[in-house]
Amino acid sequence: MRKKLLSALLCTAMVSTLLTGCGDDGSTSTSTGTGTGNDSETGSTRDTSSSTPSASGGKVYYLNFKPEQAEDWEALAKAYTDETGVEVKVVTAASNTYEQTLKSEMAKSDAPTMFQVNGPVGLATWNDYCYDLKDSDVYSQVKSDDFVLKDGDAVKGIAYVIETYGIIYNKSLLQKYCEMDGAKIKDVSEINGFAKLKEVADDIQAKKADLGVDGAFTSAGMDSSSDWRFKTHLANLPIYYEYQADGIGSTEAIKGTYLDQYKQMWDLYITDATCDAKLLGSKTGDEASAEFSTGKAVFYQNGTWEYDNISANLADEDLGMLPIYIGAEGEENQGLCTGSENYWCVNSKASEADIQATLDFMNWCITSDTGRDSIANTMGFVTPFKSFDDGYTASNPLIQASNEYIDAGKTAVSWNFSTIPSEEWKNEVGNALLEYAQGTGEWDAVKTAFVDGWAEQYQATH
Amino acid sequence: MNKSIRKYFPLFVLPTLIAFVMGFVVPFILGIYLSFCEFTTVTDAKFVGFKNYIKVFQDKSFLHALGFTVAFTIASVITINVFAFAVAVLLTKGFKGTNAFRTIFFMPNLIGGIVLGYIWQIILNGVLARFGVTLQYDAKYGFIGLLILMNWQQIGYMMIIYIAGIQNVPSDVIEAASIDGANSWQTLKDVTIPMVMPSITICTFLTVTNGFKLFDQNMALTAGGPSHQSEMLALNIFATFYGKMGYEGGGQAKAVIFFILVAIIALFQLRATRSKEVQQ
Amino acid sequence: MAKKVARIGEDEVTKNGWIYTVIFTIVSIIFVSPIFIVFMNSFKQKSFINLQPFSLPTSETYVKWENYTRGIQQIGFFDAFKNSLIITVLSVLLIVLCTSMCAWYISRVESKPASALYYLFAFSMIIPFQMVMFTLSKVADMLRLTTPIGIVLVYLGFGAGLAVFMFVGFVKGIPLEVEEAAIIDGCNPIQTYFLVVLPILKPTCITVSILQTMWIWNDYLLPYLVLDITEYKTIPIAIQYLKGGYGSVDWGAMMAMLVLAVIPIIIFYAACQKYIIKGVVAGAVKG
Repeated sequence: MRKKLLSALLCTAMVSTLLTGCGDDGSTSTSTGTGTGNDSETGSTRDTSSSTPSASGGKVYYLNFKPEQAEDWEALAKAYTDETGVEVKVVTAASNTYEQTLKSEMAKSDAPTMFQVNGPVGLATWNDYCYDLKDSDVYSQVKSDDFVLKDGDAVKGIAYVIETYGIIYNKSLLQKYCEMDGAKIKDVSEINGFAKLKEVADDIQAKKADLGVDGAFTSAGMDSSSDWRFKTHLANLPIYYEYQADGIGSTEAIKGTYLDQYKQMWDLYITDATCDAKLLGSKTGDEASAEFSTGKAVFYQNGTWEYDNISANLADEDLGMLPIYIGAEGEENQGLCTGSENYWCVNSKASEADIQATLDFMNWCITSDTGRDSIANTMGFVTPFKSFDDGYTASNPLIQASNEYIDAGKTAVSWNFSTIPSEEWKNEVGNALLEYAQGTGEWDAVKTAFVDGWAEQYQATH
Repeated sequence: MNKSIRKYFPLFVLPTLIAFVMGFVVPFILGIYLSFCEFTTVTDAKFVGFKNYIKVFQDKSFLHALGFTVAFTIASVITINVFAFAVAVLLTKGFKGTNAFRTIFFMPNLIGGIVLGYIWQIILNGVLARFGVTLQYDAKYGFIGLLILMNWQQIGYMMIIYIAGIQNVPSDVIEAASIDGANSWQTLKDVTIPMVMPSITICTFLTVTNGFKLFDQNMALTAGGPSHQSEMLALNIFATFYGKMGYEGGGQAKAVIFFILVAIIALFQLRATRSKEVQQ
Repeated sequence: MAKKVARIGEDEVTKNGWIYTVIFTIVSIIFVSPIFIVFMNSFKQKSFINLQPFSLPTSETYVKWENYTRGIQQIGFFDAFKNSLIITVLSVLLIVLCTSMCAWYISRVESKPASALYYLFAFSMIIPFQMVMFTLSKVADMLRLTTPIGIVLVYLGFGAGLAVFMFVGFVKGIPLEVEEAAIIDGCNPIQTYFLVVLPILKPTCITVSILQTMWIWNDYLLPYLVLDITEYKTIPIAIQYLKGGYGSVDWGAMMAMLVLAVIPIIIFYAACQKYIIKGVVAGAVKG
C-alpha cells in the first residue's frame, strides 16, 4: 500500500511540474525567443516576466571566454556580490567551445547577460543580441574607438584586454649561443627578418647538443590546446600582409598572396624543433610551455598571457619577445602582434534590470580599486581604459617587450584573425597544417583550406 | 477486467505518455520538419524544401564518415563476435576460475564511452610513440584504436550472451554427438553453433547497432582527427550541427538520413529474428 | 563454482584444466592492465604522462595526490558525482515504476490505441539520439527541465521505449488467472498491480534497472545538451570538460579523474555482479 501512495504522489508531482513548466514557457518564450521584433514590443512583454529574478534589482551572468582567468573572475564576482548584494554568475567555456556554449546558452531562458565576441565576425553573428553601449559608463572610459566594435553609430562591443604575441625567447640561452664560436649573430638585435631568424634557428638546431637544448623552437603541438597558435595566430601574418598590400580591412575572399611565407615559417617551426613532426598531433600546449620554461628550447611562439605559465621556472630578465618574421617585404619595421579578441557585449534581450545590473558590474570592474587591482595585477591584463592609468598598469617582461617595440617606432601588427569567417575555417587550416607537417598531406591542402575555405565559410555565415 | 483497468488510464499510462510525447514524439516530428528548414533556433525556421538534403550528399565529409562507419561496423562485428564466442566456448569448458574470468571480461562494459576513450588515448599514443607516430597521424590508427577499444568494451557483454546460449544446449545432444564419434571441432561446428544461432543473431545486431551509432568513444579517442578522417556518422552530425555556423539545417537532414539507415538495419533485425522463430 | 558451468563437456573438467586456468589468468591480467596504467599515471607529474605512459612513477615524476586534488577542484568532481547519482537513481526508479505500469495497462487493455501506443514505443527504440538532439534539448529548455530533477522526466520520455517494450514482453507471459483471482477477491486494478503483478515482475524490474543504469550513468550527449551545464555537470561531462582547456590539456588531472570515474563503477559491479550479468542475459534475449 505504501508503494501505491508513493506512486500516486509521484504522478501528481509529475503532472504538476509539467503544468508549471508549461506555464513558465508561455511567458519566457515571448520575451527571449522572438528576438527580432521591435524594441517596444519586446519591452512590454519583458515587464511582465521580469519578476523571475529578485524583484527589484537585476542579476548578472557573464559567459567568460578566457579559461586562464576563470578563477580570478569568479573571485571578482564574489567580491562584487559581497559588496553590493547583486548576484553575479561567471561561467567559463572550455577551449574551442565558446561559440558552441554561447549558442546553446543564448537559446536558454536564463541566457548570459554579458558575453564576449571575438571581433567583427563574432559581432556579425551576435549583432542582434548586442546592446548599444554608446551611453554606458564603460564606453566613456575607453581611450579610443580603435578598441570598440561599432555597427553604424552603435557601440556593440568594447575590448577589455589588449594582448600581444610574438616569438618569446630565452635571453640567456640566446646569449649563450651568441657567445659560441661561429655564431651567426652577436646580438639578438641582428635578427630583423625571416632570413636571419632561419639562419640562427638552423644553426642552433645543428648545435643543440652543445647548447644543451632539444631544439631551436618548442614543439609546434597541434593538439587542440596548442593548435590555435598556428591556425589562428601565425595565420594572422599572411592575412595581415595581404590586407596591407590590398589596402583593405576585411575580405570575403582571401587570395593567399603570402601563403609561401606562411609555409616557410611553418617549415621552420616543424624542422628546427624539439620533436619529430610526426608526433605533433598529440603534443599539447603544456608540453611546449614545459619545454620552454625548462630551457629545452630557445624560441616559443606565444603571447603575453603565457607569462604566468613560464615565469615559474624562468627569471624575468631571461624573457624576451621577437616579432614573427615570415619573410614579407618591409618586415624589418614590423613589431609584435597587438590587439584584442575579447570584446565585452551586453545581451540586449535580457530584462532592463539585468542589463542595468550588468552595466553596473562592468563599470565597477574597471573603476573600483578591487576590480582594477584584480584585472591589472591578478589577471595581468593591459586594458584600453583611462581609469587604469593611475597606477594600475600591468607589467611583465613580455608586456614591456611590446612597449619597447612601439617606442622604437615599429609598426604593430593588428589582429586580423578576428576577420576570419568562422571557427570552422581555423579548424580546417589546422587539420591541413598538421597533415602537411606529418607528411601525410600536401601543402596544397593548406592552400585549399585557406583560400577556398575562406570563401565557402564566408558564404555560409553571411 | 479489461474495463475496470481502462478507467485507470490517467494513473497507469498518462505519466509515461506525457514524458514520451515531450521526450520523443514532439522532438521527432519537429526534427523531421526542421530538416526541411533553414534555422538557428526553432522560432526562426524558414522552409526550404530539399535543399538541405541536396547539400548533405555534396558533403564529402559526410560520405567519408558513412564509409568509415560501415567499414568500422563490419570489422567490429566480426572481431567482437569471433573473440566473444571463442572465449565463451572456452569458459564453458569447466576449469578453475571460469567465473572470475567472466567477471573480469565483463567489467569494461560498464565504463562509459568518454572515460574509455581517454583511457585508450593515453595507452595507444604511448604505444604509437615507439613507432614515432600518434593517433592523429593517420586515420588507420584511429580505426584500429577504436576497434581495440570496442573489442575491449564489448567482448565481455557478448560473451555473457553466448555463454547463456551455450549452456542452454542440452548435454545429451552433445553426448550423442560424441558417441557418434564426432571430435570436438565437429561437435562445435555441427551441434553447438546451430543450436546457439539465436544468440549469434542477437549479438550480431547488438554489435551492428553499437558500431553504427558510436559517438562517445569516437569523440574522446580521436575527435575525428586527422582532418575528419576518423569521424563517424554520429560525430559528423554533431560537428555539423554545433561546430559550424549556418549548417544547422544540413545537420538535421544528416540526422534524418542517419535515422533512416538505423531503421533499415532494425528492419533487417526484425526479419532475421522472425524467420528464426518460424524455423524453430 | 564450476558446477553450474559444466553442464556440457563435463568430461573435460579435470583434463588439462590448469592449462586453461594459467592462460586465462595471463589474458585477464592483460585485459585489466589499461586500468592499472591509468592508475599508475594518475600519480605522475602531468608533463611526463604523455611522453612515457608505461613507466612507473619515479622520484622525479611522482606527485602524490596532487593530480587528484587539482582535478577534483578543476571540474568539481564531487558535485558532478552527486549530479550523476541523483539523475541516475531518480531516472531509473521513475522509469521502472511508470513504464511497468504503462506496460501492464497496454498488455491488459486490448484496444487499438493501446496497441498503437505499443508500436510507437517499440519504434522509438531504434531512433538514434542525434535525430532528436537539437529539438529535444530545445523542448527540455522550454519546459525548464534543465536541472538534475527535470532531466529525469526527459530520461523517462526518451528511455520509455525500451523499458515498455521489455515489460510488455514479460507481462504477456504472466497467466491471467492470478490477476483475475485477485479481482474476484475484491482488489481494484491499483491493488492488483502493486500486490500481484509487480512482485511477479521483480526480475524484469531488475533487468530494466541494470540496463537503464548502465545507459544513464555513462550518457554524455543527452545531459550535455539538456542540462544547464553552467550549473550542473555529470561525470562524463566533467571529464570531457578537462580536455581542451585553453592552452592546456591537463593529462595529470585527467588520469586522476578517470580513476575516480572508474572506482564507483567497480564498486557497483562488485556489489551487484550477479544481477548485472543475469540482467544483461535477460535483456538481450527479450530485447
